[in-house]
Amino acid sequence: MHSDRASKGLKIAAGLGLAFMHLPILLIFVYAFTTEDKSYQWPPPGLTLKWFGVTWNRPDVWEALSLSVKVASISTVIALFLGTLCAAAVSRTRFFGREAISLMVILPIALPGIVTGISLRSAFNLADIPFSFWTIVLGHATFCIVVVYNNAVARFRRTSGSLVEASMDLGANSFQTFRYVILPNISTALLAGGMLAFALSFDEVIVTTFTAGQQQTLPIWMLEELVRPRQRPVTNVVAMVVVLVTFLPILGAYYLTRGTDTVAGQGK
Amino acid sequence: MSDVILDTDRKGILTRISDTLWRNPRLTILLLLTPPALWLGVVYLGSLFALLVQSFFSIDEFSGLIIREFTLKTYAELFTPANFDIIVRTVLMASAVTIAAALVSFPIAYYAARYAKGKWKAIFYLGVMLPLWSSYLVKVYSWKLILAKEGILNWLFETLHLSWLLNAYLSLPIIGGNSLSVSWTGTFLVFLYVWLPFMILPIQAALERVPRSMMEASGDLGATPAQSFRHVLLPLALPGVIAGSIFTFSLTLGDYIIPQIVGSSRRFIGQAVYAYQGTAGNIPLAAAFAVVPIVIMGIYLWVAKRKGAFDAL
Repeated sequence: MHSDRASKGLKIAAGLGLAFMHLPILLIFVYAFTTEDKSYQWPPPGLTLKWFGVTWNRPDVWEALSLSVKVASISTVIALFLGTLCAAAVSRTRFFGREAISLMVILPIALPGIVTGISLRSAFNLADIPFSFWTIVLGHATFCIVVVYNNAVARFRRTSGSLVEASMDLGANSFQTFRYVILPNISTALLAGGMLAFALSFDEVIVTTFTAGQQQTLPIWMLEELVRPRQRPVTNVVAMVVVLVTFLPILGAYYLTRGTDTVAGQGK
Repeated sequence: MSDVILDTDRKGILTRISDTLWRNPRLTILLLLTPPALWLGVVYLGSLFALLVQSFFSIDEFSGLIIREFTLKTYAELFTPANFDIIVRTVLMASAVTIAAALVSFPIAYYAARYAKGKWKAIFYLGVMLPLWSSYLVKVYSWKLILAKEGILNWLFETLHLSWLLNAYLSLPIIGGNSLSVSWTGTFLVFLYVWLPFMILPIQAALERVPRSMMEASGDLGATPAQSFRHVLLPLALPGVIAGSIFTFSLTLGDYIIPQIVGSSRRFIGQAVYAYQGTAGNIPLAAAFAVVPIVIMGIYLWVAKRKGAFDAL
């Protein structure tokens, strides 16, 4: 353990673990080009680009995609606002009920998604609220708060309180201090948190099945295709595009926050 | 920031508000907390409360209508053999997935935290983040492709002339089945795959927080590497493992999509909740079922908190 070189066994275990996490996703890329459209035959009998055109001309895919983007954008904005406020309060001082607040923020993600889903559904049911675009957003924003909160609270802890005091001593009021001292310090954490919240909402399916009426977000569309396949190759193409599209913000968040000692990850 | 002109006149309205806030930290906290507390309190806790209320209602067996009167009848139904089996099955699966995830995660997290440097650090970081943030359904779908009868795994076994091994495994009771995609082994593999990054990240975070000097001190005091690992590193990594297990356990308890797509026809809690609230229209029983994971996670979180797992989140 003293040496800086890992043992061979550890290297192999770590490498195999990484391979296990990536090979299944890579497989999707091969299947998107297969000529075979009835089963999941491996190896693919031939390769074709035909299904990309077919997918491009499917209005249901476009509708689902646009709904997902709208829901994710609005949920992210709400989560950014609420999560930052909460993080600011919790990291600033110790107060009665502080633990309760942080528990309440974590709860929507610590409890199984189906609990959040069925809870919201029974609440809508008891209150006679019809399902709509906004019921989806309500659910998504609730569990997105924690991602923003986690990122923001970590950064607030690292931002020294004396910076704020110095700013006030120099005559700035709270709002100016926020605008010129606090915001530049936490902006990358908020950006990362926002991106992750977007990705979380964009991908959410379990809560959404309980809070959506007739609307189909992209994950719901995919779920339909998984349970009752209509045109498998189209699903393959959509799956590949979704993978590529989600990779971009993650890579972006990584390069944006690289160099700071924070990790954009949700787990931190 | 030299171009920022600050308002030195202490009479502006913003300044006065700001001064009041600075003098009354309690007021500031109150103002900061009100919006998120209202949102979470009304939307989330309110909904949980609605769920709890529903679980004490019951359904009229003849008319199928919900009787809005307090009763424990619905909870009693959870303990009928069929329903109780569902609960036991789900908890066992969640435990198996959690343990397996911890075992698979540890080497990855350990290597990434203590040995990976420079380029490899980045590769390991992205190597965990990309699968974590890839679409959940796409990941499940990829396993449907892998486990399918005509899929890559069967092809691999055939090419290696090992089909007999696979068939022998599938003929085992409980974990086997007609094919991998309709067996619990399949369900288990998909759960493990999908939740793995949730375990790696907290373990890695916990391991990175262990100061290198502590391991060196342990070595200097005569411990063998194995002893240092066992008595210094492992206890310090434990909160990370527990934090990760909160995710893997909770996510498995509440999932209804994975066992529906890859797995046998025997249900898990999530599927029961979904089926009862949907076609059966028995929201009280669905609610009572949903209370089960809440109670289990409540106990779990309470234990985790005592072990200091929240610091590793």
